[in-house]
Amino acid sequence: MGSHPYRDVAVAAVFNTKQGKTLEGYDSLGIAIEAALGVLAEAGMQPHEVDGFFGQFAAELPYLLGTGPCYVSAMGMGGIPSILDAASAIAAGHCSAVVLAGGGAGVYTETASVAPWTRISNEYVIPFGMYTALEFALIARRHMHEYGTTPEQLAEVAATIRNNGHVNPEAVFSGRGPFTAQDILDSRLIADPFHLLDCAMTAEGGTAVLLTTADRAADLGRPPVYILGGGVDHTGPSYQHPPSFDITGNRPGSPSNGWVGQRAAERTFAMAGLAPADVDVAELYDPFSFEIIRQLEAFGFCKRGEGGSFVEDGHIGPDGDLPVTTDGGLMSFSHGGGTVQLLQRVVRAVQQLQGTCATNQVTGAEVALASNGGAGAFFNDVILLGSTRP
Amino acid sequence: MSTVQDLARPDPTAALVPQTGSIPILRVSPLTRPFWDGVDQHELRYQRCAECGAAIFNPAHVCRSCTSSNLEWQVGGGVGTVYSWTVCHRPMTPDFVTPYAPIIVDLDEGYQMLSNLIGCTVADVRVGLRVEVVYHAVRDRTLPYFRPVVDD
Repeated sequence: MGSHPYRDVAVAAVFNTKQGKTLEGYDSLGIAIEAALGVLAEAGMQPHEVDGFFGQFAAELPYLLGTGPCYVSAMGMGGIPSILDAASAIAAGHCSAVVLAGGGAGVYTETASVAPWTRISNEYVIPFGMYTALEFALIARRHMHEYGTTPEQLAEVAATIRNNGHVNPEAVFSGRGPFTAQDILDSRLIADPFHLLDCAMTAEGGTAVLLTTADRAADLGRPPVYILGGGVDHTGPSYQHPPSFDITGNRPGSPSNGWVGQRAAERTFAMAGLAPADVDVAELYDPFSFEIIRQLEAFGFCKRGEGGSFVEDGHIGPDGDLPVTTDGGLMSFSHGGGTVQLLQRVVRAVQQLQGTCATNQVTGAEVALASNGGAGAFFNDVILLGSTRP
Repeated sequence: MSTVQDLARPDPTAALVPQTGSIPILRVSPLTRPFWDGVDQHELRYQRCAECGAAIFNPAHVCRSCTSSNLEWQVGGGVGTVYSWTVCHRPMTPDFVTPYAPIIVDLDEGYQMLSNLIGCTVADVRVGLRVEVVYHAVRDRTLPYFRPVVDD
């Protein structure tokens, strides 16, 4: 193989706006614009220097920020696929400075129902009361049945991530802990096996990522972060079909839906020439506690069926050998709904590599993995970031 | 009956029953009309691929095993096994009465379907439970629920 496909690309800066349960006076676009301007200020770059927008609001931002014509791709779901698309576009020379901005605010107002983005549905799902907690519970239950994974192991994950948020002054649920696994199990049952504290929160906030050429990034304000590898795995559309662990495809050897993300991770590590043991910190997507266990197995950090004991053995805590979701994640840091929280896993991974985390900074972190999605949603995307140019 | 229910450990003897409220029910499309027409007639229909024999559900334009469009509607026996389950205590909307129990059923014909389990208590739900379809009118639609098989 020749030179690395993303060798000439770097993440120059990341930025989170303030996050809150609600942000009075904001809408999603407004907080995303604040994030876009914030990431440019972080890098010391002017808006007119941007010539590419990807992900949420990519179509709106060239006009609103007055850049002039830009390379724009608002396709897909945002998050990791949009970052990989943006990196590919930079590598191909389509553009040289890309902003990905996300925001969620003013969307979830009717709180007697679950959040609107959790109940995307069709006629075979909606009359049975389905929403994301139930979709993911059906995946978790099957794993528990096959491998003996326990509610206590799920609770261990939730307590670990929520304690990361507890100590993080920027987390929406800062100071809400500390939590023991028993505290998780003592919270009200939402969708067996998930208690309230096994589930992501809902919140509001914005976030942004600035990608540019490796040469340009070297002259900007923050240490460049490089894309060592990435992969995208989708079984199908989210929340339309029975969320079965065992949905398969016809490609020989392709993993079933319960292991979605395995192929993405294998491709990610192959592109990077690295292995799971090389990862210093894993900013795993945590819509529900079980999803950490599933991803640890799917990504190869442990064997299938061993994720429960892996988390009980202390690997994933801030002092473990694989700190996970170190800002508190979707459970405690923020979850703006839609796509903003997808990007925020990558933002935190970049912060770890730039050494800018106010809490739970992993000393000397050089390789960070981030992920999006989960098996209840039929997709799982992976990106591997590093402080050394590939 | 206790007056203060422990919300972390809700009553396992609670009955699972059909919904009766103004729950959301979506429009039927030409693709899915045969299924819902069947439900109205208390038939559980599914598609079977005339080329490779695969059972298909939800209704599809082509077989996902061989991509043939030669799919035939068949009537199943409505009997299967619980593949996975949850019990919901926080409803999607206030129109749903809790607890309700979403299940994935492995139908004996070889496809999976999402429904709710009724006709038993929360404590009865388990992987491997044999279940059969049972029809209930909800709003202006008939819905296919499942209940434990009494005599299998």
